[in-house]
Amino acid sequence: MNNLLNSLFGREKKSARMAKERLKLVLIHDRTDLTPGKLETLKDELIEVISRHIDIDPTDVTIEMAQDGRQQRLIADIPLNPVGRRRVR
Amino acid sequence: MGAKVITLTSGKGGVGKTTATANLAAALATDGHKVVCIDADIGLRNLDVVLGLENRIVYDLVDVVEGRCRLRQAMIRDKRLPELFLIPAAQTRDKTAISPSDMVRLCDDLRPECDWVLIDSPAGIERGFRNAIAPADTILVVTNPEVSAVRDADRIIGLIEAEEKGPALLIINRVKPELIKREEMLSPDDVLELLAVELLGVIPDDPNVLLSTNRGLPIALDGKSKAGQAFRNIARRLQGESVPFMELTDQGNIFGRLSRLIRPGSA
Repeated sequence: MNNLLNSLFGREKKSARMAKERLKLVLIHDRTDLTPGKLETLKDELIEVISRHIDIDPTDVTIEMAQDGRQQRLIADIPLNPVGRRRVR
Repeated sequence: MGAKVITLTSGKGGVGKTTATANLAAALATDGHKVVCIDADIGLRNLDVVLGLENRIVYDLVDVVEGRCRLRQAMIRDKRLPELFLIPAAQTRDKTAISPSDMVRLCDDLRPECDWVLIDSPAGIERGFRNAIAPADTILVVTNPEVSAVRDADRIIGLIEAEEKGPALLIINRVKPELIKREEMLSPDDVLELLAVELLGVIPDDPNVLLSTNRGLPIALDGKSKAGQAFRNIARRLQGESVPFMELTDQGNIFGRLSRLIRPGSA
C-alpha cells in the first residue's frame, strides 16, 4: 500500500505542496465555473475563428487561466506564422 | 456612540467561528469596550456554552425579532466581564424564523447601545449566512489550513464580494507550526496566496482552547496561552492598532512574509 501511494504521489513531494497545487486548480474552477473540458472546447473554437483570419500554428497556441488577486484572467498566447513574402512599402 | 458590526463566518463548519467570536468578544470587553454578541445559528445554539452563559438564558434572538421581549431583556450580561453581553440563538426554531432585514433592524437598535456587535454566523451559504452578513460593517472569514476549509472560505469570500460586503478579512485558525516546518501543512502565506485577501490574524493550535471551552471561560482571558494572545492581538487590530503577527516557530523563515513583521519580544 505504501509503495502504491509512493508511486502514485511521488516520494519527494510534501503534502503541503500537493494541497496548494490541488487547491489552485479547484479554486480556478470554483471561481469561473469553467471546467478543463470547457476550456479545451473554448481553445478549439478560438483557434478555428482566428485561423479564418490569420495563419497560425494550432499546436503552438496556449490558453490558460491566471490568478490576479481575486480576479481570474484568461491568458491566450497565439504565435503567428511568418508570412512567406511580405511586400515592403 | 455607534457600534461597529462584525460578522464571523466560514462556509465550512467546525473551523472555530464560535470560539473566535467568544474570544474576540471577551478580548474587546477586557479592553473596556461594551460588546454584544449575537448567536445567529438558530437551531444549533452554541455561543452560550462556549461563553459559559448557558444557564442564564430566558429570551433569545427570535423572541426579540417576534416582539415577545424587549431587546434589553434578551441581552445576557456576563458576570465576569460586565461589558460583555450575549443574545442567544433560539434552539427550537430554524433559520427561516428571521430575515436579513430583521437582523439589520436589530443591529440598528444595538448600534447606539454599545461599541461592538459581534455576530456568530452559522456554517453554510444559505439563509442563516445571509441573515448573519446583512447588518455587517466588516466580515471576518475564519478558516483552517486544510483543503476543504480553504476551498469553502474562497467560496464565501466570493459571495461576500458579490453582496458588496467586502473586502473580507481572514483569520487562519488551528495552525500547527511543527507541521508547517515539515511541509505537511499549508502555511499562512500559502493560504493568503490562494485566497488573495487581507490577513487579520493567525491562531496557533492550542489544546488549552479545549480546556477553556470545557470550563466555559474564553481562552483570551488566559494571559499565558498563545492562542489567547493571538485572539487579543486580533481584537487590538480591530481597534485599528497595528500589532505585529506572532512568531509561531523558533525559525521565523517558515513564515516568510509574516516573519518580517514580527517584533522581537512579542509573545
